[in-house]
Amino acid sequence: MKSLLRILALTRKELLAVLKDRRARFSLIIPPMMQTLIFGYAASYDLNHVPYAVLDQDRSAASRELIAGLDGSGLFERVGELRRESELNSFIDSRRALIVIQIGSDFERHLQAGQSADVQVIADGRNSNTAATAMSYVGEVVRRFNDSWRADHGLAPPSVNVEVRAWYNPNLETRWNMIPGMIGTLTMMQTLLLTAMSVAREREQGTFDQLLVTPFRPAEIMVGKALPAMMIGLTQATGVLLVAQLWFRIPFAGSFVTLYSGLILFVLAAVGIGLMLSSVAATMQQAMLFGFIIIMPFSLLSGLTTPLTNMPAALQALTAVNPLRYAIDIAQRVYLEGSTLASLTQDLFPLALIAAVTLTVASWLFRYRLQ
Amino acid sequence: MSTQASAWRPRVHRIWTLVRKETRQVVRDPSSIAIGVVLPVILILLFGFGLSLDVKNVPVAVVVEDSSPQARELVAGLQLSAYFQPHFVATTREAEDLMLARRVDGVVRVPENFAHDMALGKGGVQLLVHGSDANRARIIEGYVQGAISAWTLRQAAEGASTGAAVGGMVNIQNRLWFNEANDSHYFLVPGLIVLVMTLIGAFLTAMVVAREWERGTFEALFVTPVRSEEILLGKTIPYFGLALIGLVLCVLSARFLFHVPLRGSLIVLLIVSMFYILVALGIGLLISSAVKNQLVASQLTMLATFMPAFMLSGFLFDLRSMPVAIRVITYLLPARYYVALLQTIFLAGNIWSVIVPNAVVLIGMIGLLSLASRAVTNKRLA
Repeated sequence: MKSLLRILALTRKELLAVLKDRRARFSLIIPPMMQTLIFGYAASYDLNHVPYAVLDQDRSAASRELIAGLDGSGLFERVGELRRESELNSFIDSRRALIVIQIGSDFERHLQAGQSADVQVIADGRNSNTAATAMSYVGEVVRRFNDSWRADHGLAPPSVNVEVRAWYNPNLETRWNMIPGMIGTLTMMQTLLLTAMSVAREREQGTFDQLLVTPFRPAEIMVGKALPAMMIGLTQATGVLLVAQLWFRIPFAGSFVTLYSGLILFVLAAVGIGLMLSSVAATMQQAMLFGFIIIMPFSLLSGLTTPLTNMPAALQALTAVNPLRYAIDIAQRVYLEGSTLASLTQDLFPLALIAAVTLTVASWLFRYRLQ
Repeated sequence: MSTQASAWRPRVHRIWTLVRKETRQVVRDPSSIAIGVVLPVILILLFGFGLSLDVKNVPVAVVVEDSSPQARELVAGLQLSAYFQPHFVATTREAEDLMLARRVDGVVRVPENFAHDMALGKGGVQLLVHGSDANRARIIEGYVQGAISAWTLRQAAEGASTGAAVGGMVNIQNRLWFNEANDSHYFLVPGLIVLVMTLIGAFLTAMVVAREWERGTFEALFVTPVRSEEILLGKTIPYFGLALIGLVLCVLSARFLFHVPLRGSLIVLLIVSMFYILVALGIGLLISSAVKNQLVASQLTMLATFMPAFMLSGFLFDLRSMPVAIRVITYLLPARYYVALLQTIFLAGNIWSVIVPNAVVLIGMIGLLSLASRAVTNKRLA
C-alpha cells in the first residue's frame, strides 16, 4: 500500500516534470497526429497520377481505342504524343513521363487478321517499384481492351480469365497497411527517447541522488519512471488511432480491447528499452545518442515499408528484438483481419519477453549503479 | 587593391585558425568521428541489406484440379518463371491454410473442367493474394496475369497454325529502362545515401553546436574579434570534411557491395553531394543556433530531417501520386532534390535536364540557410 502511494507520487512528479511546459505538452501530442496526417497521404505505393507519353505509329481506330482506355482509367495523364522513336529518350530521361507506350504501325492490321499485336511499354526504372506498379496498371487496361475488342469483333472472349481475390484488402490499397502500421512507428520514437532521457537527466542534474535518500526502492523508482512514459505513449497512440479512424476511415475489423492489449505490451517493451539505455548511459547526450541509434534501425527494419521476408536470414533474426515489428503486425492484423488475442500470441509473447528482459536488466542496473 | 587585400588577410587567418581549432576538436572527440564516419557505414550496410522490395521467388501454392495437358502446361509456365516458387498442394483448403500461416503469398487455382471451359472460351483461373502487403500483392497479381496471358498467346499462336484462330489480342512487351534486372537495390541504395547523409549532416552540426551553446564556449568565442559568419564557416568546414568521408564510404559500398551501377560521372555525383552536405549541415546549424539546447535540437533534427527524408522525398513513394497539399510540402524538402539527383546520376547518367534544376535549388537553399543562420547567430551576439 505504501509502495503504491510512493509509486503514484513519483508518477505524478514525472508527469508534472514532462507536462508542466506548454511547449512540451504540445510537442508530445501534435507532431504524431500531424505526421499521421501527412505520412498517411504520402506513404502509399498506389499510383493515381502516372504521366505517360504515347508513340502511336498506327493512328488507327484500334490504337485510339487503346489510348482512350488509358486516359479513361483516371490513373494516367497523357503528357505528350511522340512522332519519332528518337523523342522517346528525352521524355523518359527528363522524367516528364513515367512510361511511354509504343504502338507499332501494323497494330490494327494484326488485330484484324486475328494475330497478336505487340505494344511496347517502356518504363522509367529509376524507381523500379513504381515502374512495376504502373506497368501492372497498363496490363489491366490492355486486358479490358482485349475483352471489348474481341466482343466487338465476334471473337470468343480470351480463353483464360484470371479471377483475382485479395484477402482482407479487396482493392489492395497500401494505405490500409501503412496507416495502422504508423500507430506503433510514430509512438515509439518519443516514448523510447523520453524514458532514455529520464534517468540520465536526473543523474546529470544531481536530483537522482535526492531520489536515493528518499525511502524509494529501486523497483519503485523504475515503475514510477515507466508508468508516466507508458501513459504518454498510449495517449500518442490514441491520437494516431483517432486520425486513422476519423480522418482516413481505415476499416477496423477487430476489437479495440485486442489492439490496446497489444499496444500496452508494445509501449511497455519500448519503455523497457528506454530505461535500459538510460541506466547504461552516463550523460544525457549519451542516452540520446543511444536512443537515436536504436530508433533508426527499429523504424526502418520493421516490415512497414519493405517486407521482413526479403531480408537475409541473419538480419531477420536480429529483428526479433525489435518491438516495432510486432506492434505493426498486431495493428495490421487487428485492423484488417480482425485477429483476436489468441491468434496474436506469436506477437504478444515476444513483446512480453522483451519487456520482461529489458525491465529486469534496467532495474538490476539501477541497483548496481546506485551502490 | 592593397586595402582590400589587407582587409581579407586577417579574415582568412581568423577562419583558418578557427578551422584548425575545430578540426582538432573533431579529431579528439570520438563522438563526432562516430557520427560522421562509423554511423554512415553501419547504416548503409544495415539498410542496404535489410531493405528490399524485390518480388522474386514468391512462394505460391498451386492447386491443379484439372488433369488435362493444358492445365499442366499452364502451371509449368509459372514454374519456369523466376518470379514464383510454386508449392503444389492437393486441395484449396490446404492452400488456404498455407496462406493463413503466411507460408505462401498467393494461391493459384486451376479448377476442374479448365480445359473443357477453355475450349468454350470461358476458361478461368483463380488467384488469391494476401492483402496485408498490398504493394507486394499487386505486383504478384501483375506477374501472374502476365504469365497467363503469355501462355494464352502461345496457345493462340499454336491454334492459329492448326487453323483454329483465336488471336486478335494485344500482347504487352514491358521494358524497364535503367534497371533491366529489376533489382530494387538500384533505387533503394541511392535513396539510402540521401537518408544517411541527411541525418549525418544535420546531426553533426545540431548536436555539436548546441553542446557549445550549452557549455557556454560559444559565448567565449564572441569576445574575440571573430565575426559570426567566420564562426559559422569555421564550424562548417571541418564537419564538411567529415561528412565527405562518410559520403565517399557510402558511394563505395553502393558501387562495390550492392553493385549499383554508376552511369553518370563520379565528379558530378560528388559535386551535387557536396551541395547537399552543405544544406544538411546548414539545417543542423540553424536548428542548434535557434534552440541552443542539445535535447530539443536533436529532437527537432530527427523530426525535420529523418522522417521527411524517408517518407516525402520520393525515395520510396512516388511524389506525383501525392495530394497537392502534400506535394507542396515536398518541394520545401532538400531531400527531394537530392533523391532525384542521385537516382538519375547512378542509374540514368548525366542527364542535365534533371541535374541542373535540382542542383540549382540546392544551391539556393545553401544561400538561404547561411543567411538565416547568420541572422540567428547575430541576434545572440547583441
